[in-house]
Amino acid sequence: MNAATAEAGDLLSLYQEIILEHGKRPRNARAVEHATCSAAGNNPLCGDRVTVTARVDGGVIADVGALAKGCAISVASASLMTEVLKGRSTESAARLFKAVKDLCTGTTGLEAAKAAAGADLGDSVERLAALSGVSQFPVRVKCATLPWHALMSCLAGGGAATTETPAAPG
Amino acid sequence: MTAAASLKSAPRSAFDAVAVKRDFPILARTVHGKPLVYLDSAASAQKPRAVLDAMTFAFENEYANVHRGAYYLSEKATANYEAARETVRAFVNARDAGEIVFTKGATEAINLVAFSYARSVLKPGDEIVLTELEHHSNIVPWQLAAAATGAVLKVAPVSADGSVAIDAVAKLIGPRTRIVAVAHVSNVLGTILPVEQIAELAHAVGAKVLLDGCQGIVHEAVDVQALGCDFYAFSGHKLYGPNGIGVLWGRGALLAAMPPYQGGGDMIDTVSFAGSTWAAPPARFEAGTPPIVPAIGLAAAIDYVRGFDRAAVAEHERDLLAYAMTRLPTVPGVRLVGTAQRKASVQSFVMDGAHPHDLATVLDRSGVCVRAGHHCAQPLMEALGVQSTARASFAIYNTRADVEALVAALHKAREILL
Repeated sequence: MNAATAEAGDLLSLYQEIILEHGKRPRNARAVEHATCSAAGNNPLCGDRVTVTARVDGGVIADVGALAKGCAISVASASLMTEVLKGRSTESAARLFKAVKDLCTGTTGLEAAKAAAGADLGDSVERLAALSGVSQFPVRVKCATLPWHALMSCLAGGGAATTETPAAPG
Repeated sequence: MTAAASLKSAPRSAFDAVAVKRDFPILARTVHGKPLVYLDSAASAQKPRAVLDAMTFAFENEYANVHRGAYYLSEKATANYEAARETVRAFVNARDAGEIVFTKGATEAINLVAFSYARSVLKPGDEIVLTELEHHSNIVPWQLAAAATGAVLKVAPVSADGSVAIDAVAKLIGPRTRIVAVAHVSNVLGTILPVEQIAELAHAVGAKVLLDGCQGIVHEAVDVQALGCDFYAFSGHKLYGPNGIGVLWGRGALLAAMPPYQGGGDMIDTVSFAGSTWAAPPARFEAGTPPIVPAIGLAAAIDYVRGFDRAAVAEHERDLLAYAMTRLPTVPGVRLVGTAQRKASVQSFVMDGAHPHDLATVLDRSGVCVRAGHHCAQPLMEALGVQSTARASFAIYNTRADVEALVAALHKAREILL
């Protein structure tokens, strides 16, 4: 494959149909009613922002919404995240967060990510694999993981999440 | 003098952009298999061979610490460092080389004034006037100074076309104004501010003026006497010079009255635990071993720039800007951000339905480098009602072909993203 085709392939993989679709028409882009937790995520380097709200009931994510403002990658990631998490346990969310990080950084391939996440999450990992194109674009990894950082912060009791090291009190 | 040497030293009155590109080694490389089209000089400029050679020569032949050694190499390094200071003095038409303080960059230069000058004169209720379009480096130091002294910030709004109306600034300048700190040229919008008039208004009430000259030093002829400012700050790396070197020009009388910024070696006269005394400026503000070779590199960059006919370069940049402002909007959905009457060759833009970050990623794959984000100007982004913009900036080595490459890449981005 020559350089030009490889580059075209990379871009088409990053901005594949599902990413563009979710980027333009994000699912669950709302504030959840009767939310039990909420967290804001911010990438100060590029301005991506997301607010995640969730209603957790007996360890299950009964409802989750993500209001994301930013690049197509961050908005799509937030949308896909809400789709795969609804009805899942908070423990599953942690396993899916790891899968997303590994796929986005190119640490593991799809099969390894599915195996690590567990058989019960195989379908969700496949859905999230749409984000794995970002592994060829290191600068954009944080765009993909931002909503997940916000989610984990939300599940841990809310607050703010940032893709950068937490700031010292001003 | 040989023909080759006379060619090198003759001023280039006819501007040959293709020849200029050859002066910059990095511009010959490819990125992702495509020719490099570098349109981010406003973030940092590429370096000509002359600058690289000057720095290598200094390290290979004439390097030692300055101001301290009693041997030839140290004397030579000192002479070169001070000669660099004189080169800067002449470039900005300062009265005295003692008014040129070398810092590690413009940000440090502004912090120096905010710490050393502002904190020693500001009283509670005193006012510092800024504009909405300032870079964070010309906002945060003043916020810190205000917090420490009880002074307050007043901010002049930016107009829809990206200009700053002199009336908007005049409204904010009054008897309590002590400092007016504004950009000479906006790094996001390219707007050239009415700094001469601003200086007059400020001086009429006894306030001092600091200009953030990071873009101004590149695109405008800077004569600090004509501008009328009291402080002028810029970085070397945007002026085709190396990293780690910047300049603060300050009026001699002001510098002489200012307390130190950083303490350490070289900025002192005598040191004892009973008390220390300070050196005169500029040494007073140059604590520690200075950026010796970067200063030499900056002087080489200034010499390189001065080798061109000023008017020819200005016309070249004006032509590129005008060309870009005509061609960019032909891409469906592209909207220019920053269309002031008086502006330099820095052009922000947005595309409907595509985030600047995604644009920049696609453009990168075509070898085109633009910046996407808030450009260290979050208040400006908010004032403009955008989260971020993409920005293309045109320097001495850019050509109309670069603009065409940008336009072609934007069309491709539309295909992929929309």
